Amino acid sequence: MITDRLFHILADSFWKILLPGIKVTIPLTALSFALALVIAVIVALVQVAGVRGLKQLARFYIWAVRGTPLLVQLYVIFFGLPGIGIVLDPFPSAVLVFAVNEGAYAAETMRAALESVPRGQVEAGYCVGMSWLQIMRRIVLPQAFRMAFPPLSNSLIAMVKDTSLAANITVTEMFMTTQRIVARTYEPLALYCEVGLIYLLFSTVLTWLQRWGERRLAVHGFR
Amino acid sequence: MDFVEGEIMLEVQDVRKSFDGREGQGPFPREVLRGVSLSVRRGEVAAIIGPSGAGKTTLLRCVNFLERASSGRLTFGGQSFDLTRISKRDIAAIRLRTGFVFQDYNLFRNRTALGNVTEGLIAARGIPKEEAEEMGRRMLDKVGLSNKYDAWPSQLSGGQQQRVAIARALASKPEIIYFDEPTSALDPELTGEVLSVMRKLAEEGHTMLIVTHELAFARTVASQAVFMEDGAVVEAGPAEDVFSHPSRERTREFLNLTK
Ligand SMILES: Nc1ncnc2c1ncn2[C@@H]1O[C@H](COP(=O)(O)OP(=O)(O)O)[C@@H](O)[C@H]1O
Ligand SMILES: [Mg+2]
Repeated sequence: MITDRLFHILADSFWKILLPGIKVTIPLTALSFALALVIAVIVALVQVAGVRGLKQLARFYIWAVRGTPLLVQLYVIFFGLPGIGIVLDPFPSAVLVFAVNEGAYAAETMRAALESVPRGQVEAGYCVGMSWLQIMRRIVLPQAFRMAFPPLSNSLIAMVKDTSLAANITVTEMFMTTQRIVARTYEPLALYCEVGLIYLLFSTVLTWLQRWGERRLAVHGFR
Repeated sequence: MDFVEGEIMLEVQDVRKSFDGREGQGPFPREVLRGVSLSVRRGEVAAIIGPSGAGKTTLLRCVNFLERASSGRLTFGGQSFDLTRISKRDIAAIRLRTGFVFQDYNLFRNRTALGNVTEGLIAARGIPKEEAEEMGRRMLDKVGLSNKYDAWPSQLSGGQQQRVAIARALASKPEIIYFDEPTSALDPELTGEVLSVMRKLAEEGHTMLIVTHELAFARTVASQAVFMEDGAVVEAGPAEDVFSHPSRERTREFLNLTK
């Protein structure tokens, strides 16, 4: 029976798709996002500090990255760079592009969050003898992170889904795996729906984590 | 309080400050401080009074380098500096010897009351946490907040927040404490608790430079009064003289108006 065969294919492929999800999609997302956060904090701080030159560089980076498609960025790095002798493996290429791309958006989120911490606390920090870096690290960034937590969580969830674009540069993540199974079984509707559901599953877990995180931050008392 | 004779703690000479056109108020650049000079002796309480917009806040901010003066000199504890050329190191060194209390408290929102007091001790002075907390608790006791060590700023009233801010300024044993209208942001019924803490500090002999609209307080607590208007010192002298028989017509008008 047709449904019987379909059920078999779906059950069989579920694990085949989930496995690269766990082995590729999750590490790709986690690594890229962690790097993006590092980039974002530095790029946002540079702007808040108003270091001439560096600030312009930061604005240029954000402008260039936000103004070009992610897919194009992936192609430039993976298919373009070998033309000038720089060859990167698919996975590192993907991490690089996702981190640099997300870093630009997250930098704007962080900048807004940093600017929302009242300037008076920075001045109070100076008056008790702290340096700018100490004030940022101990007073401003913790408050900014709290503020930025919901929008950054959104970005993380968006990134999980965007990693499917890495299929274009031969990273065998969930989507590429699904494409291969479709090529063998000719069940595109069912299988693409299935991979969609797995992405939904991942996003749902992250949404739970976000709620949990927000609750924990709230318990921590400061407002 | 009597006029204090003694070593000069702080002296500012001919401080000028212009703001450039960013804030968008009338024609710029505007000179907000037009050559202000004053001095505070060790152990003295000096009160700066004057209408709003006189430049009182700007003066305090220039003296603690939150604002860069356009010109002028600062003598601090016997050392003299050009305010436009003073180095970052000297600024840092002076700040470690001063305390600043802001109009709107500016407590660190991610620190408890105790954390606010210990933050500078731990981060800027490298005092071990235990010791800093011991000092911090003593400071909070002093401002009457023994039961609020672990409270977050958001859980405190304005008066309590300002007392934490005073404890924070006091923690590092500053040689002078600047107050910028410490009660102006408070509901009237909360000003008393802050003023009485400040009165206590004055009695203990702390050197303080206080910008305030609380004239009755200034009159009884300060030994020196400085009346500022329009970016300049109009009159300065023993508080009793300035308040009882001001020598300038403008001072008289101001004191009558605010009565
Ligand atoms: N950052 C700034 N930029 C432009 N003008 C300012 C700035 N800060 C203060 N001023 C102006 O300087 C004048 C003096 O302000 P301020 O020192 O706050 O007076 P006071 O504390 O005596 O009320 C006011 O006219 C104010 O508008
Ligand atoms: Mg003021």
